[in-house]
Amino acid sequence: MTVAIEVRNLHKTFRGGVTALEDVSFQVESGTVFGLLGPNGAGKTTIVRILTTIIMPDSGVATIMGVDVTKSAQQVREHLGLAGQAAAVDERLTAEENLFMIGRLNHLPKQVARARSAELLHDFGLEYAAKRVLSTYSGGMRRRLDLAAALVAQPPVLFLDEPTTGLDPKSRNDLWEIIEKLLADGTTVLLTTQYLEEADRLASRIAVVDHGLVIAEGTPNELKASFGATVLELSFQDETIAIKAQEAVSTLASAPIQQVENRLELPVADGAATTALVLGRLLNEKINPTKINLREPSLDDVFLALTDQPATVLSEEK
Amino acid sequence: MALAELTTYPHRSRLYWMAADALTITKRNLLNYVRIPQSLVFSTIQPVMFVLLFRYVFGGAIGSETSRLGISYVNYLMPGIFIQTIAFGSVQTGVGLAEDLQKGIIERFHALPMTRSAVLAGRTIADLIRNMVVIIIMVIVGFLVGFRIGTNFGEFLAGIGIALLFAYALSWFFALIGLAAPNSETAQVMAFPLLFPLTFASSAFVPVQTMPSWLRGFANHQPLSVAVNAARSLMDGPIAAHAAGSSTGTLAITAIVWCVGLLIIMVPLSVNIYRKRV
Repeated sequence: MTVAIEVRNLHKTFRGGVTALEDVSFQVESGTVFGLLGPNGAGKTTIVRILTTIIMPDSGVATIMGVDVTKSAQQVREHLGLAGQAAAVDERLTAEENLFMIGRLNHLPKQVARARSAELLHDFGLEYAAKRVLSTYSGGMRRRLDLAAALVAQPPVLFLDEPTTGLDPKSRNDLWEIIEKLLADGTTVLLTTQYLEEADRLASRIAVVDHGLVIAEGTPNELKASFGATVLELSFQDETIAIKAQEAVSTLASAPIQQVENRLELPVADGAATTALVLGRLLNEKINPTKINLREPSLDDVFLALTDQPATVLSEEK
Repeated sequence: MALAELTTYPHRSRLYWMAADALTITKRNLLNYVRIPQSLVFSTIQPVMFVLLFRYVFGGAIGSETSRLGISYVNYLMPGIFIQTIAFGSVQTGVGLAEDLQKGIIERFHALPMTRSAVLAGRTIADLIRNMVVIIIMVIVGFLVGFRIGTNFGEFLAGIGIALLFAYALSWFFALIGLAAPNSETAQVMAFPLLFPLTFASSAFVPVQTMPSWLRGFANHQPLSVAVNAARSLMDGPIAAHAAGSSTGTLAITAIVWCVGLLIIMVPLSVNIYRKRV
């Protein structure tokens, strides 16, 4: 594997004594999407700002394609793109002017900057608004342009710092589709997000960050498997039958069974196989469930297990 | 894939990109000014009101003093107004810079391979161009209220040149204030206590001879007066230089030395503070 981004023992304390990063290490394989998942204030943005040479770490090593971000900042800057949570575009310029400006500041020749600008406006479906001043843009359009600006110089490494925070579901979905298309061409992406759904959909590996530490790392499936079990949900005609069923299958569950009214929730280690056994037992006892549902663990469950806080609470902490 | 292989465009020198980046930022700032024309309109109305105020309200009283020096008040006033107007215009450099620093776009700039000092250079150059536009308007206003060139067109242009050079040096001074200020409103408020004594305890509106002796020393030698005296002599003739107790040449050279000196101190200082702040 080729490592595109490497972070080793990164530590950062801001003036005033706030420790943003305790000790952070991870590697991102070239051509993959790596998700940094965590609540507000976890240190995600600090990691991105260090990797994009905006601020310096107090200690630790950060490299992009083998180049040290603190020692060779200028060289690193030529090969990264950054799209931030605060859409960093000039309100009073048109979309075209913004992209051309960023192209020039990326040291592209004028014709190339102009061509890239036109190409990106087309790809991002903003051609119709190319000559409009950005203060007339909607939030979703602005984010799209911000992402386009990060791509002007065709960087091999892209940083997306909470790209969809604050967007409505439709705009979020549009942006996800664009990002997915991008990923097809082999760009390495570091994505930070507080949305589990976003990390699950886009990232091939995820590090969960909390209080300046990586508290878990793995593929979305690995995380789900280790921090949340598959749950078999069964409903019956009434509570008596549900209790009878609970007795019949109690030895099959991997954790205590939850019984609420006429419903049972069975944590099952290997979902499908155990489900078959459960149904066999019930058939023997002549008990017919009225409803069967196998619920795969969500990253919400992972979050809950790791941080002792429901993810919804975490994301509402704004 | 090694980083070096990714660079596919012809290599240009660092100096080329330094200039190109400054130009790109200049263009961005000028577009920002053009997109809010109200700002330019209102920032021109104020100096026009100053012209009318001094020419027609205070002028009668002050005029008797200047005619004793052999200069009509309108001819005495206008070079002072030119310098005062663009000195006030230079405050915009600090305000604009402080505003930029509050915005997310600066973060993006710092993740780009652009020259960092281009943010400062582009800001001061845009303000210089803006000041050029303002000064053209003020010259027209001057002619309308009776101002006439006492020398020749070449010397008059040299006077304008000194005014612009002074404004540019002042821009870098206010850049420093913009970098120190927490936001653009504060940058504006911080600039005025500095600008006021410079503008009014000077030879811009009234002959320094009429001031109390303790003030005269400051009023005669502070940089704004030096620039005004030089511009006035180049526009009105040797009689104005004589009134300032010197010759046109000496006054012009003193003004240029002041401006260049200010730039030599302010440019590296501002660039340094900017690098540290971000």
